[in-house]
Amino acid sequence: MLEIKDLHVKVAGKEILKGIDLSINAGEVHAVMGPNGSGKTTLAQVLAGRLTYEVTGGQARFEGKDLLALKPEDRAREGVFMAFQYPVEIPGVSNAYFLKAALNAIRKYRGQEEIDAMDFVTLVQDKAKLLGLDETFMKRGLNEGFSGGEKKKNEVFQMAVLEPKLCVLDETDSGLDIDALRVVANGINVMRSPNRAMLVVTHYQRLLDYVVPDFVHVLVDGKIVKSGDADLARNLEKHGYGWILEETPRPPQAARA
Amino acid sequence: MVSKSVLQEQMAKQEYKYGFVSDLDEDIAPKGLNEDIVRLISRKKNEPEWFLEWRLRAYRHWLTMKEPKWSNVTYPPINYQDIIYYAAPKPKKPVNSLDDVDPEIRNLYAKLGIPLQEQERLAGVAVDAVLDSVSVATTFKDRLAELGIVFCSFSEAVHEHPELVRKYLGTVVPFNDNFFAGLNSAVFSDGSFAYVPPGVRCPMELSTYFRINAQDTGQFERTLIIADEGAYVSYLEGCTAPIRDTNQLHAAVVELIALDNAEIKYSTIQNWYPGDKNGKGGIYNFVTKRGKALGANSKVSWTQVETGSAITWKYPSCILQGDNSVGEFYSVALVNNYQQADTGTKMLHIGKNTRSTIISKGISAGYGRNTYRGRVQIHKGATNARNYSQCDSLLIGSTCAAFTFPDIQVQEPTAQMEHEASTSKIGEEQLFYCQARGITPEDATNMIVNGFCKQVFLKLPMEFAVEAQKLIGVSLNLEGTVG
Repeated sequence: MLEIKDLHVKVAGKEILKGIDLSINAGEVHAVMGPNGSGKTTLAQVLAGRLTYEVTGGQARFEGKDLLALKPEDRAREGVFMAFQYPVEIPGVSNAYFLKAALNAIRKYRGQEEIDAMDFVTLVQDKAKLLGLDETFMKRGLNEGFSGGEKKKNEVFQMAVLEPKLCVLDETDSGLDIDALRVVANGINVMRSPNRAMLVVTHYQRLLDYVVPDFVHVLVDGKIVKSGDADLARNLEKHGYGWILEETPRPPQAARA
Repeated sequence: MVSKSVLQEQMAKQEYKYGFVSDLDEDIAPKGLNEDIVRLISRKKNEPEWFLEWRLRAYRHWLTMKEPKWSNVTYPPINYQDIIYYAAPKPKKPVNSLDDVDPEIRNLYAKLGIPLQEQERLAGVAVDAVLDSVSVATTFKDRLAELGIVFCSFSEAVHEHPELVRKYLGTVVPFNDNFFAGLNSAVFSDGSFAYVPPGVRCPMELSTYFRINAQDTGQFERTLIIADEGAYVSYLEGCTAPIRDTNQLHAAVVELIALDNAEIKYSTIQNWYPGDKNGKGGIYNFVTKRGKALGANSKVSWTQVETGSAITWKYPSCILQGDNSVGEFYSVALVNNYQQADTGTKMLHIGKNTRSTIISKGISAGYGRNTYRGRVQIHKGATNARNYSQCDSLLIGSTCAAFTFPDIQVQEPTAQMEHEASTSKIGEEQLFYCQARGITPEDATNMIVNGFCKQVFLKLPMEFAVEAQKLIGVSLNLEGTVG
């Protein structure tokens, strides 16, 4: 579904990703872990199409299409969803209005009709129930005055309603208390399906206790230095990143950073 | 801006040049302003002597006044002698009903999306359409007349209801109030008049559509609305003008008077031509609007959506004279390209237990300059007066500007004042977030701006709210956006 080859990305003139190779098939859940500043968020954002990230080499194909050539909104319409680490607030625009606009934009792109108002209400109720959320938050402004945990839950909720093919979750577990973490993890697990792929970017093992990945990749200094299964994540939790760094000789330009 | 000597010099020259104009029977007056032009306008309108006298007093006083310079806008000097002060479309016969209106004029309105007949039948809106200077057609008059409601053109009111006009004209905005109000008093050619008798609730929204058509024409309309004791009326005003390279002056005056227990709600959508994207052309919209909550428990409420005009200079205000009276001001002002707006309100609390609310939303894009200017005055004796003010600014891009000049004067220790202000910017992060959900940056901007304006749009009558939303998208060049 997603094929990343030798991807190089610069941010503000500085190379952050230095040749990423990653292949994700439908039905798989991949976790990307790594220390601060290793490029995890950059990888997520560049897949979603953030303009401040400059692709300097390599490619990423989504279902055979050149993902990097698509506008951000077209990536979303093709079925790529990114759950943001820091979701924005838009006062005065209700969650319901926003989500409906997003859903209809995607449907229109796919040649479907706009969703009927009543069908939308039913859809929202069903998904809220599925995730164990109280749907009254739909009437509030988009993330307006939401706590960190509420914002993250809202990301997963949007994901459930929009039903993307590829879910990229950027540190969705950060800043969550244990109850919120369970809700978010449950949402992700509910979304797991043979037709859907997931790329879970995280700092900690604890999310992976609930969402058990098929593959774990360790990102260090802009490169995937080790890949494995769920055990790799557990080892990282126990021993930290140090042992991997020792195994991997650091490229000279990283010494300054 | 014109210094007085230059102005006088121009006048002298023009008076010489055009001389006596009484023989004119064209429908367009020569350029320039002098007493003869004032007389010409009055004669064209077949006005009674007392009315001409009032105009002449206004004109003579205006000559002594200076154009105000305190506003936060800049523009080249206006040559008041280079303006045509009267232009009337030529009706083939007197206008008695919609069917008599020139088909071309009706087509023009249709293009603007105000099909009079449609509105008459479907929307239940009584429209008094002002094309340039003559009121073209007043609909629904008969139905309103059954309730004793007078809704007609200003000139008609002068003839049919002189006692009301004499009693109230200039009582809220006297001709010596300010330079532009003085000019308007001297040369206004038409406008709307409404009177709602005691205890009557006007069953429909009264509406006027103004449009400036002829080139180099100043439009000086005047509106006077009186709600007698216990009456209620909601009035809608929409404005639009065709594209011209030159700047056109629009100096209107609106006076509202609410007697005991009466309420007037006045809504405006102002979409005058804003000039092109390089700032060429566009309307100078210098308008004086003021409502007097004269009676006890009366209410005056202003809602405005200002998206047009090259320059807007406008402060719809409330004089809260009656005890327990209420004043409201809800405003959205949007500037794009090189537009400038200096707008806001004045709330003058005179009566006891008077309350006022100000919600102002300013949006700046392109090279636009947007200023909120507000004054809240609690006079001595206005015990337990309360005011809540909120002014929010939204910036789009990095070349625009927003200013806020709130002025609060309190002479009464029992007053309660609240003031909140915020400035925000549509950021790359907000847009990217929307894009990552499949929404284009144009739609996202539209959505964010409309969310920002929501508090004010909710105050508009339904069909106006929809129009206002669309207008915001169009004004920000977000064509093709979803509604």
